Amino acid sequence: MNIFLNFLIASVLAGTPLLFGTIGEIMNEKAGHLNLGVEGMMAMGACAGFMAGFMSNNLLIALLAAFAAGMIGALIYAILTITFMADQNVTGLTLTIFGVGISNFFGEYMLVHSETNSLKLPEQITAQLSNINIPFLTDIPVIGPLLFNYNAFVYLGILTAILCGIYLNHTKLGLNVRAIGENPGAADAAGIKVTKLKYFNVMLGGGICGIGGAYCSMIINGGVWMSNSVNGMGWIAVALVIFASWSPTKAIFGSFVFGGFNILKYYFPKSIITIPNAFYDMLPFIITALVLVITSIRKSKENSQPASCGVNYFREER
Amino acid sequence: MSDSSTTRYAIELKDITKTFGSVVANENINLSIKYGEILALLGENGSGKTTLMNMLSGIYYPDAGSISISGEEVAITSPTDAINYGVGMIHQHFKLVEVHNAMDNIVLGTKEKHLKPIVLKEKILNISNKFGLEIEPEKKVYNMSVSEKQTVEIMKVLYRGAEILILDEPTAVLTPQETEKLFAILRKMKDQGSAIIIITHKLHEVLSISDRVAILRKGKLIDTVETKETNEKQLTELMVGRPVSLKIERPEVEEKKTILKVIDLSVMNEDGTMGLNNINFKLKKGEILGVAGIAGSGQKELCESIAGLMKVKTGAVLCNKENIIGKTPDEIIKLGISMSFVPEDRLGMGLVGTMGMVENMMLKSYKINKGFFIDKKPARKLSEILVKKLGIVTPNVETPVRMMSGGNVQKVLLGREIESNPNVLITAYPVRGLDINSSYMIYDLLNEQKKKGVAILFIGEDLDVLLELSDRIMVLCHGELKGIVDAKETTKEELGLMMTGKSLQGVDIDE
Repeated sequence: MNIFLNFLIASVLAGTPLLFGTIGEIMNEKAGHLNLGVEGMMAMGACAGFMAGFMSNNLLIALLAAFAAGMIGALIYAILTITFMADQNVTGLTLTIFGVGISNFFGEYMLVHSETNSLKLPEQITAQLSNINIPFLTDIPVIGPLLFNYNAFVYLGILTAILCGIYLNHTKLGLNVRAIGENPGAADAAGIKVTKLKYFNVMLGGGICGIGGAYCSMIINGGVWMSNSVNGMGWIAVALVIFASWSPTKAIFGSFVFGGFNILKYYFPKSIITIPNAFYDMLPFIITALVLVITSIRKSKENSQPASCGVNYFREER
Repeated sequence: MSDSSTTRYAIELKDITKTFGSVVANENINLSIKYGEILALLGENGSGKTTLMNMLSGIYYPDAGSISISGEEVAITSPTDAINYGVGMIHQHFKLVEVHNAMDNIVLGTKEKHLKPIVLKEKILNISNKFGLEIEPEKKVYNMSVSEKQTVEIMKVLYRGAEILILDEPTAVLTPQETEKLFAILRKMKDQGSAIIIITHKLHEVLSISDRVAILRKGKLIDTVETKETNEKQLTELMVGRPVSLKIERPEVEEKKTILKVIDLSVMNEDGTMGLNNINFKLKKGEILGVAGIAGSGQKELCESIAGLMKVKTGAVLCNKENIIGKTPDEIIKLGISMSFVPEDRLGMGLVGTMGMVENMMLKSYKINKGFFIDKKPARKLSEILVKKLGIVTPNVETPVRMMSGGNVQKVLLGREIESNPNVLITAYPVRGLDINSSYMIYDLLNEQKKKGVAILFIGEDLDVLLELSDRIMVLCHGELKGIVDAKETTKEELGLMMTGKSLQGVDIDE
């Protein structure tokens, strides 16, 4: 029982960066942009967040830096695809390569120029990122540790998911965004500023991805800088968007499930059966592939990819 | 309305010119329309009607000339501007978000603050009562018929308080009854002082709805005539530029042997609905069997299941007592059936857009070619013959077919299929998007094949054409066969009723 509880808690922790990545990608796709650069934007956020925290000793600045870095990645993508009509898939893939590369480059640079040949976040930030104890609530057995004893990122992620859900489904701006993703021509004819809103949503999504990256670099490795900390999470996030049927709130559940697959190897009782570690490492990707196959059978029109996702919009196209 | 001397002009266009690259789409157009007037805009394909209207709705911006609305010169640089000036356009391809409901589509992009669904619904129903629209605010667009979608489009315009309404071929996909309903709404709007511009190809509709007719040809405004003082013949001549016979021939063919017998054919669609439900009919040599129905009533399924492209749930297609369902195209050909399919999606299913005519010809004849390398000569020769015979306009036979105009693309496709000497020819909307000249050329080609004894299944959308060209007409509605009627004896009204689901009782001429 205890192992199971620990497994659930660890799943939530491992799923949180996926959650940010997934929400970010949903914001992109809802505006009609299939952005395959999630991995890159997360990597940029990971590097910027860690370095800003390392130098400023301020968590808020670290988060803002991560958000800004993700946004800059998204801005590159937005300029290329929205303004210059470049192919979305190619641009996204390139953004991934670029983001991972530049993040490792700066990380390495800082590492080489550090005195101890290692980078560690200041104590103050590490403390701020430790698990939050909420009086009374945390002390409730089972439910306490399961719900009320995480680091601030986890709650921020869930809050982001809920806010994005409200934004997309219950505000006028969100309605306009959804219309753009489905049929930009219709939105344009209705007088919506398609280009402006696309930029806004793509960049907002990029920023959210950046925060997810910061989680990878600042929490997963215990506050020590390591290259490639995002390590494929961005790709799983792209697939999770489909699993979550383009709903930020459903993404909460989805990311925690996939977080579980990521850390299953530490919790699966070795006494029952011994499976090579490589298999566990493979698991999230196999499940991702399976999810893609299964969900492509889905028929509901509402819970599927926005109709114009992946297609650039040019008003005067004949 | 006040008398004509004091009537305000809704729109005045002065010397409007618009070019796309080297193509002049509109040249020095001067046109005006008053409030309380319906103006019909007439012209062949590529005459610049839609371009002109798109400049009013803010999709394009004119290269030269000025636009005045209610007497004031304006610059319409975006759809938002157009809406602000009170111009609403209903595009040929609806600009609706399929997965949203009618209400969400109607308020989309409006500036007012978020209304509660109940308040919004009330507001929409108020407007619809005023103009006699029938609308279900909570219905999702993808569940709507074409006519319902159009109603939502009109509602969008009315909701924004537009007084100038532009409709681009609104009746192309409507049944006669739906068209009448639409016209009733338009007349009501006109009585309330709106200015309406309607683009249509159908001359009898122009005569029935409009007050004035403006005719465009090759980007220029040829003339503006009062509807009361004109007729179909004069309009066609103005439009084409020379006298044209508007009669479609219907040659009689003696030998009428059944070549295909379709029995209890049912097809299941991907989403689990019945695409076709127990269809029974016979297709005979030397006849054109017309298929009428609202878009999406099972026409696509019918063509594709007979052509062997779609999986059939139950039923059979018999040819000489042999079922061809489930047979490969090779086996079917061995039975002596050579089937040609001219799909509605010409560049999607019929031809490869980025290939030239020559290579497209080879798609059909690749089997004849023995050996490892391809021999382009026969295909090139065939292409050149077709260019001459059908008057295909193309720089040369290697030019990618997607660069050609719709009419020429259709001629390439139909020409290729006919050259393979089929005995069954299935054509889906062969004249869709073609102008009068090209359309008549296609009708002549089909009649020629019919005289040769080919059995033709003709999926059409213009009922007038179906009535004149076909020998018999079968009507589909929601995948069900509503009856087969003699084209010489039926009426448009009867077809219209059948298209909306009324079964024909006691009449079956399928013998």
